[in-house]
Amino acid sequence: MAIKELTAENFEQEALQAKETVLIDFWASWCGPCRMLSPIVDEIAEEKTDVKVCKVNVDDQPELAARYGVMSIPMLVVLKNGEQVASSVGVQPKKAILDMLA
Amino acid sequence: MIYDMLVVGGGPCGYAAALYGGRAGLSVLLLEKLSPGGQMATTDMIDNYPGFPEGINGFDLAMLMKQSAERFGLRTETADVTGAELEGDIKVLRTDGGKYEGRTVVIATGASPKELGLERERELRGRGMSYCATCDGMFYRGKTVAVAGGGDTAAADALYLSRICEKIYLVHRRDSLRAAKTYADKLAACKNVEFVWNSGVTALRGEGKLEGVEVTDKNSGEKRELAVDGLFVAVGSRPNSESFGGALKTDERGYICADETTRTELPGVFAAGDVRTKALRQVVTAVADGAVAAHFAEEYLSMK
Repeated sequence: MAIKELTAENFEQEALQAKETVLIDFWASWCGPCRMLSPIVDEIAEEKTDVKVCKVNVDDQPELAARYGVMSIPMLVVLKNGEQVASSVGVQPKKAILDMLA
Repeated sequence: MIYDMLVVGGGPCGYAAALYGGRAGLSVLLLEKLSPGGQMATTDMIDNYPGFPEGINGFDLAMLMKQSAERFGLRTETADVTGAELEGDIKVLRTDGGKYEGRTVVIATGASPKELGLERERELRGRGMSYCATCDGMFYRGKTVAVAGGGDTAAADALYLSRICEKIYLVHRRDSLRAAKTYADKLAACKNVEFVWNSGVTALRGEGKLEGVEVTDKNSGEKRELAVDGLFVAVGSRPNSESFGGALKTDERGYICADETTRTELPGVFAAGDVRTKALRQVVTAVADGAVAAHFAEEYLSMK
């Protein structure tokens, strides 16, 4: 599934109202580990048709980062029916992310 | 398939070994557990790798090194090595994604930042505990933070944070910095950096998120509470040798014993880069080790 860029404007509809499980990757361009994690998240987006994979650029969307208490990036958050069910900080192996989504 | 060379670890050393091996006509498979670059990829700006007069971002350099090796036929698999049989002519690496066989193995698994080893350290990760100042510094704008450590990384972190944060405590177990003088001089000139010498962080305070740390003076035993929103840890690194430690000799800190030839005591098995016992751990010495390992792997294969 294509990766959705989340903003304060589309967050409610794209993330909170989503029917499927949502994986959000909080990142920034200047963060090395974020760039390491990004291709792994991209792979999951390609393979998992039942998961909506989203990215939040914390530079552009500081209020979304604050809303999820992001103090360290990369941070992944998993939402089901708008509720946070899992999160992780730092570069994760693909298997660990898939386990979070299960 | 049985490869001529299996490389474990996709950092500067691993890619250099793969480049030299591939260019010498060997079939090379590189196993990387997460993503290219290793510790290098988490470094914002690398100024001491020759050839980049303006410096280069660590992740960008990792991708360039990967491409350099792929040009000579390198294959990469994402897999975490969990066990190894290294004694026979055909070496076997067991991973979370199946097993791989090769005639030589270059262990280039590098090192990882050390944790402090305090209670609730993992729980508070991302809730005030950080191991990457350039990643997380901006979340602490205008706040008070502490940096634990006294080497180059700690000094660079404190310097970076001094431009963002209100106040920085630099907590170091010795009475002077181990960091290069250029860092030390710049830090001494920072008005918002307070040095806490001869001390270590001994407890983490706060529920749900970090609200302070306890520091203990090593000489007097005196304890002091620092109210901080963040603690940045830069207390050195530990070798990623767990998967091989049983099969190969390591020193007391876990680094795999090998001399400048990168040969271990097992024929056809090489330890190169940060994971090896050596004096200077830098990108440039890791790359050099990779070339040396590939050279001796090739020599070993030709003698067979």
